Parts: sequence; C-alpha cells; structure tokens
Amino acid sequence: MNLILHVWRQKNAKDPGRMVRYEARNISAHMSFLEMLDVVNEELIARGEEPIAFDHDCREGICGMCGFMINGVAHGPERGTTVCQLHMRHFKDGDELYIEPWRSRAFPVIKDLVVDRSAFDRIIAAGGYISVRTGSAPDANAIPVPKENAELAMDAAACIACGACVAQCPNGSAALFTGAKIAHLGLLPQGQPERDRRAVAMVVQMTKEGFGHCTNIGECEAVCPKEIKLDVIARMHRDYLHAAWTGRQKPGFREDQPAEEPMAGNRR
Amino acid sequence: MSTAAVEPRLKRTWGLYEVYIGKKLVMAGTGVVLVLYIIGHLLGNLQIYAGPEQMNQYAAFLHSQPGLLWTARIVLLAAVGAHIWSSFLLWRDKRRARPIGYVKKDDIPASYASRTMMWSGPIIAAFVVFHVLHLTTGDVGLGFQPPTAGPTGEAFYAYENVVNGFRYPAVSAAYIFAIALLTMHLYHGMWSMFQSVGISHPRYTPLLKSLAHVFSIAIAAGYISIPVYVMIRFGVK
Repeated sequence: MNLILHVWRQKNAKDPGRMVRYEARNISAHMSFLEMLDVVNEELIARGEEPIAFDHDCREGICGMCGFMINGVAHGPERGTTVCQLHMRHFKDGDELYIEPWRSRAFPVIKDLVVDRSAFDRIIAAGGYISVRTGSAPDANAIPVPKENAELAMDAAACIACGACVAQCPNGSAALFTGAKIAHLGLLPQGQPERDRRAVAMVVQMTKEGFGHCTNIGECEAVCPKEIKLDVIARMHRDYLHAAWTGRQKPGFREDQPAEEPMAGNRR
Repeated sequence: MSTAAVEPRLKRTWGLYEVYIGKKLVMAGTGVVLVLYIIGHLLGNLQIYAGPEQMNQYAAFLHSQPGLLWTARIVLLAAVGAHIWSSFLLWRDKRRARPIGYVKKDDIPASYASRTMMWSGPIIAAFVVFHVLHLTTGDVGLGFQPPTAGPTGEAFYAYENVVNGFRYPAVSAAYIFAIALLTMHLYHGMWSMFQSVGISHPRYTPLLKSLAHVFSIAIAAGYISIPVYVMIRFGVK
C-alpha cells in the first residue's frame, strides 16, 4: 500500500519545527508502524536526507520508549497498543496520516518525534518506590497480599511510562501515570509506611513539572497501551487528600525543603 | 506521644490549594452547594403549576425570613465565586501545560459535555446575571411588578413576573438555552465531582454516572417545562 505522511520535523530543541509531507510507497500490511517508518527512513537516507528520528527500543509493546500521535490519537487508532505493535493492516491504501510528537510543556521535543520524558523520572524519584532493607530476598509468602489487591496493583504496575496519557489529555495532565504509580504501591502492604508521603511528594512533583489537571474525561484511559483505568486517578486523589487531612505532610510546595533522604518515610 | 511534626491547619489548607487536587476539592464542594440550590430553586419554581396564590405566598414567605434569605444568597455567591476562581486557575494551568498544540487532534471517548465545561460554565453564569436582573431586581423590565405593601406585609408578584417574562419568546429561548447548557454541565460535573475527591468504585461509579445523566435531564425537563407552559397557556407576545 501507499500512504501520504505528514511528519513533524524539528532539528533540535531550539528549532521551531514544521510538518513535512512524505510518501510511503510499497508498504506491506504485515509491517508495524515503526517498520513502515524504517522503510521511509531508508529512502530518506538513500536520498541523502536526515531520517525521521523516533524513540523505540523493544518493539514488543512493553518498554514504553515508542509513541507519537497518529491522526491526533496517541499510539494511533487501535486501542491497548503502542505504535510498535500497531500493524499497517489497520490502514488503507492512500491514507493520509499526521504524525506528531507528544505535546506537553513537561515533554520538550528533542528532535522530530523524540521528546524528553525525564519529568516522569523525577516524579518516580520523588516517591515512586518503597524503602526497604536490602539483603537476601524475603520469602514470597512472608507478607500475605489479598488476591484482589495483588491483581489491582499488578494492573496499575503495568504502566510503561510511555506518556500517551499526557499526550492525549486535552489538559496535558499526568494524572493517569502518577495515579498508576501511587495506586500500584498504595495497594500493597509494602507500600503502606510511605503512602502519605509518596502521594504528596509525587503529586507535588507532577505539579512542579507543569502538567495540567484532570477533568475526568477519560481520554488517557482510552489511549493507554496498558489499559490502565481512571480508578487509579481516584486512588491518587484519595491518598493525597488523606495525607493532606492527617497533616503529616504539607500538601503543597516546599521551596525550603532539601531533597529527602530515601528512608524518611519510616520516620513517623 | 508521637514526635512527628504536624503542619499547622492553615498552612496545610493553603498548601492543598497549590496543587490541582485542592482546587478540584473546592470545585466539587462548591458544586454540591450549587446542585442543592438548583434542586431547591426548581422545587420553588414548580409551584407555578399550583397557581398565582401559592407561588406569590412562597415568594412572600422567603422574603419574610431576611436572615435565611441573605445567608443563602451569601453562601451561593461565595460558592459561585470559589467555583469560578478555581476553574480559572485550573484553566490557566492547563493552557500552560501545552504551549504548542497539535496540528491534528482527535477525541476518542470524551463526551461533548465533558469537553465544554469551560464554555457552558461562563455562559450559564452570564445568564444567571440576566435572570437575577429580570426576576429578582426587575431591572430588565418586561412587565416586572415590584412588591407592594399589603395588609399582611409585602405582596409579591412572582407568578405574574414569570408569566410576563416568559411570554417573550426571546426570553424563553435564552432560558431554555441556558438550561440546556446547565444540563450538560451537570451531566459531566455531577459524577466528576466524586472522582475528583477520590470516590471511585468498580460497581457504583457506572451507576453514579447513569444517575448523574438521569438527574441532569430530569432537572432540565423540570425547568424547561415552565417557559413552555407559560407560552402555551398564555400565548407569546
């Protein structure tokens, strides 16, 4: 099949960037979307042009590296999939596709379709972990976890931090991502000691990064390749409000606050 | 005795408002106040079907309790103010969150109502201003009869004022349009407020959504029936 592509080209972070029209010829329906771009890139390289830069790694839909907008939808028209697992059989000959990077103040474009998602790393660093004594691994059954909680925590933990939720959200909100991380740890017994602190630290970091707010419209849930549900956002709101209510954490910004040492959570 | 430091309440409350969840809490809390008012106001308005006596007596009753009336007015005004201010701050943050927009953007499941909260809200607020000038202060005219001193206190002409006003098709049309927007606002807002404060349940949230939809449409039907009734019963001007 032959396709017409309109791709966002931007040399570097400073370049204003623009949409460029390309023709993708002789595309097999069995290719993945990224393989289609590989074909286009080979042609560009043969012509001596700069290939289209895009993030990718595992190409199995589990690493969270790839992702861009296809016709205004994060990861394209298929639900529950990343662009690397999106196959060209879902498109028709002659389709015109607009390919753009994630758009968010917190995700500056590095080049073409590649964005800097280190804002997510900083949200995780703010509290998306549990502080544990290192040493020999504990027995798997040493801490009983109810089956339902284990399942819900696992569903939330499926988040691959690709950033599609932010890209699709009309408010540029990272609530689904942060909610997934907070819900994942908040559902497990190991996550309890730092639950209040985690909710506040991660939500405050998310706000500082410049993500928008959540209007509960469900766009993020629709494009999430791991089909994470809006319920995790309610869990984040609940944990955050609980922490604010009990008052062990100041629920807003702490300009004077030095970086917290990892064990601070156990210091009630 | 725990040695953990607890932040002072005021500092905590302010810190809460710095983060969007705190603003959402205000949106939800004030939303509840406004929904309760919308229900109460509808129950008052529906007395039009009981005739002029009943409706005018009800108006006189409300005005015979100035303490209650003014408390309600101040609470409502404060709720509206906080609701608008919080939504403005959230809207501003959202605009900053995506400085460069998409060339092409598609919405998948988001309802029209949920995507237009920021439009339906201000239009409803503008209509409410007109509505107060029309039926409370009488500044709009349209055959408004101010209260007169009667044998048993002031006499009110709420019934006559409503009838005179709604006989103008333009007034009725504006009213119906505003109520349609209010329905959309409630259609999303009435379940969204629960999600915002962290109330979500796999079984009850879908039920809550359906309830919000049914409720918002029922409210709309109640309100819109009034201008329609007036225009049919008394004819248009």
